[in-house]
Amino acid sequence: MTRCNPTVVIAAVAAIGGAIGSTARAQTVAIVGGTVYPVSGPKIERGTVLIRDGRIVAVGANVPVPSDATTIDAAGKWVTPGLINAITAVGVDEVDAVPETVDQTAVGDNGIAASFTVVDGLNPASQMIPQARAGGVTSAVVVPGGRLVYGQAAFVDLVAGPASALVVKAPVAMVVQIGNAAQAHLGARGEVIDRLRGLFDDVRLYERHPADYDRGGLHRLSAPSRDLAALVPVLAGREPLIVFADRASDIENAIHLGHDYGIKIVIAGGAEAWQVAPALAAAHVPVLTGALDNAPQTFSTLGQRQDNAARLRRAGVQVVIVGNSDTEDVGAFNVRNLGQDAGTAVANGLLWDDALRAVTLAPAELFGLADRVGSLAVGREANVVVWSGDPFELSTRAEHVLVRGHEYAEPTREDLLTQRYKTLPPKY
Amino acid sequence: MPRVRRDHPHWEHGLSARLKSERRGHLAAGTVIAALVVASGCATGHVAPTTTPSPTTSATASTARPSATIDTAPLPGMLSVPNANPFPSTYAPFPSRTTVIRGATILTAAGPALHDASILLRDGKIVAVGASVDVPPDAVVIDGHGRFVTPGIIDVHSHMGVYPAPGVDANSDGNEATDPSTPYVWAEHSVWPQDSYFPRALAGGVTTVQILPGSANLIGGRSVVLKVVPSRTVQGMKFPGAKYGLKMACGENPKRVYAQRGPSTRMGNVAGYRKAWIQAAEYRRRWDKWNADHKGEPPARDLGLETLAEVLRGNILVHMHCYRADEMAQMIDVSHEFGYQIRAFHHAVEAYKIADLLAKNGTAAAEWADWGGFKMESFDAIRANLALTNRAGARAMIHSDDPLGVQRLNQEVAKAMRAGAAAGIPVSDEDAVKWMTINPAWALGLEDKIGSLEVGKNADVVLWSGTPFSVYAHADKVWIDGALLYDRADIAEHWRTDFELGYVPADSATARAAR
Repeated sequence: MTRCNPTVVIAAVAAIGGAIGSTARAQTVAIVGGTVYPVSGPKIERGTVLIRDGRIVAVGANVPVPSDATTIDAAGKWVTPGLINAITAVGVDEVDAVPETVDQTAVGDNGIAASFTVVDGLNPASQMIPQARAGGVTSAVVVPGGRLVYGQAAFVDLVAGPASALVVKAPVAMVVQIGNAAQAHLGARGEVIDRLRGLFDDVRLYERHPADYDRGGLHRLSAPSRDLAALVPVLAGREPLIVFADRASDIENAIHLGHDYGIKIVIAGGAEAWQVAPALAAAHVPVLTGALDNAPQTFSTLGQRQDNAARLRRAGVQVVIVGNSDTEDVGAFNVRNLGQDAGTAVANGLLWDDALRAVTLAPAELFGLADRVGSLAVGREANVVVWSGDPFELSTRAEHVLVRGHEYAEPTREDLLTQRYKTLPPKY
Repeated sequence: MPRVRRDHPHWEHGLSARLKSERRGHLAAGTVIAALVVASGCATGHVAPTTTPSPTTSATASTARPSATIDTAPLPGMLSVPNANPFPSTYAPFPSRTTVIRGATILTAAGPALHDASILLRDGKIVAVGASVDVPPDAVVIDGHGRFVTPGIIDVHSHMGVYPAPGVDANSDGNEATDPSTPYVWAEHSVWPQDSYFPRALAGGVTTVQILPGSANLIGGRSVVLKVVPSRTVQGMKFPGAKYGLKMACGENPKRVYAQRGPSTRMGNVAGYRKAWIQAAEYRRRWDKWNADHKGEPPARDLGLETLAEVLRGNILVHMHCYRADEMAQMIDVSHEFGYQIRAFHHAVEAYKIADLLAKNGTAAAEWADWGGFKMESFDAIRANLALTNRAGARAMIHSDDPLGVQRLNQEVAKAMRAGAAAGIPVSDEDAVKWMTINPAWALGLEDKIGSLEVGKNADVVLWSGTPFSVYAHADKVWIDGALLYDRADIAEHWRTDFELGYVPADSATARAAR
């Protein structure tokens, strides 16, 4: 790989030694001459993105470049916001088959792990972070796994630094599944629903009578107080509830739950979401889905199809494309492949502009972070990628990746292996 | 959802499909008794039943088939077994029309790209390919301007049929994980022809696949080479004349699966291979001797050792799942110790570390574009693997091991090309197309029949909507033996499995919206 320009490496090292993970200090960067896709507005030919102190300070066709600016020549290149992969295990799943490197899933209490904050296990030294970043993915949602109530997801920027520096917002959502009774160690779909309703009822009870709970004055509730407390913002409609659901009827049940409890529902997976697209649109329920699955892999995904995203979008549903290019979503090795999913969604009918939005501004909006990430607009964090071409095309490379205004160009572990073995036998 | 699998209570089954795949294996060594019939010279491979314990009934059945559907004659060495071909192919090409594709960019996998060129398909074969071809009066003429033509894609590593959709336990038949060495099982006996993954692979331009047992075992069983065609039976999909493969597996999977009973270490793995080959060599010697002199009673048959002996005779090709470079080097030594050839390492994520050794040994490497990291032995996966392997002169090829990945092997090749370019090893379209066509054809021993667009070869052809190395490309039409088996525009004719009827909307598998 070619990302080992020595001067840039030095810059990266300097940044790591300094204000790690935070904004590069007093640095002005101008990305000039590229076709700029702000996502929040129309594309700009031969545009400039001006960055100062980690934030975007100007975007346009006629932006003066200060004399002290570091200039990136983007002539002939495509400039977009950094991609956001909204379902990942980045930083909490290094080697999937080595349990000591995996911190994604809590045991919980009867399948309920609402108080589990997956980000507490985030490993900022994970090699998956630079690997994803080198592919142009600058933010990710770290999502817990689990049985019924998985726990709390976190939104992170893929910067170098301590774990706390990566976090943009945590918790950013609560995560549950609906429709897989066996996974929940329950007997039937209806029992899954019943368990969730009982839990939500108890959250309300707990919220009204926390002192009674502490005194043991309430009936036996369905979860420990810490779990109930963690669900309070969800029941208040402040924190979204990501519901993994594939079968159309499961998705409908999730919509009903949201309606009955005033919960802001987000569907993840959503294999058959297209079948209930009008209901999703009417309830303003977004869908996080990939574009590579198209087979009846289970009895819950019989209607899975690759134009799912396109159909949902046409019906007015907010769609976020998530990367499942690594088809079984094991580990975080291919968080970088998000563009392939977006491109495949386009090949199956999604408009290109909608696809770009679905991996940038749409997830930012969904998680209430559109004022910080997801677009190239003044005031936003300077998460910017300069691509050699169409960011979804398989021949395209992310040539410059900036997160919070800092360009990351040091070689990844993959790059180092490649360099070592480019000559056989290797020198070592 | 991936999450469903991950949370499965049994770790082994809860891991990714790729781990499952690796575990899925068993070799079925079964049918071929190595030496039995050499002396008979029976061209059909059906041996005189008097000396053979059992397998004669299938011979009767097969001779009753119409001649057009009888499998090709067994390979010479196969005559050494009582019945080399007890489950003969009944495949017959589908009806075809003489077809000309005109004005396309043709990647032949046998030379430079041909621009604004034409190809003529007739009677199941490629009759002409070049700047211009004669158009017979009865030919269907297809305008290929702006489009690309390649050979049909070949996937040497698939578990379609043995791990079908829907992925329920009742249909999960890919790993005979009951013993670390199961050369006696044959993948074809697990293949469900109604697997809904098959039509989807075809729609991705895939025309030939090798179905392997999983990788739980050191020696997993026999593979089977199938054409991706609708059929009521697996016999109707079997590639006539294709050699069998033997699935073997290195590393973590066998020692994990058999941790309690052994092998539980890599050294235990190697001892297991060597033990099996010692038995196979002895078995082969006994049968070869008996076949030469016919003295006394024939040795007792052993289904597993029959297969291993056929490997030693060179009649079955070894396909070995092996990630790590150092292990591959050791497996090559084992093969030298017992005198067989490893045709291809699969999942060879560290091939780039020993590409020179692979080239020297004539062993191919089947690789992913970018899968890795899911276990220690996959952790050093790099995307320039194919480019580096290729540059060292070893045969590189893409493979899927995945029923979704098989649908876009062209995209996987494209990603590997990008990685090569980024590493300073640009790979041309002409070379890259070989990674999904002629190189896997060679790995299957079928390079004289498929894998390139050359006169006389089978007319397995894909017409792409544009360059196949684009994320936006679709396979517009797919021919197998000259028959148009898939036409993206003709939804009514799309192959739908029995399972899909009623359950799956008619166009979901293969109809992709126009861009």
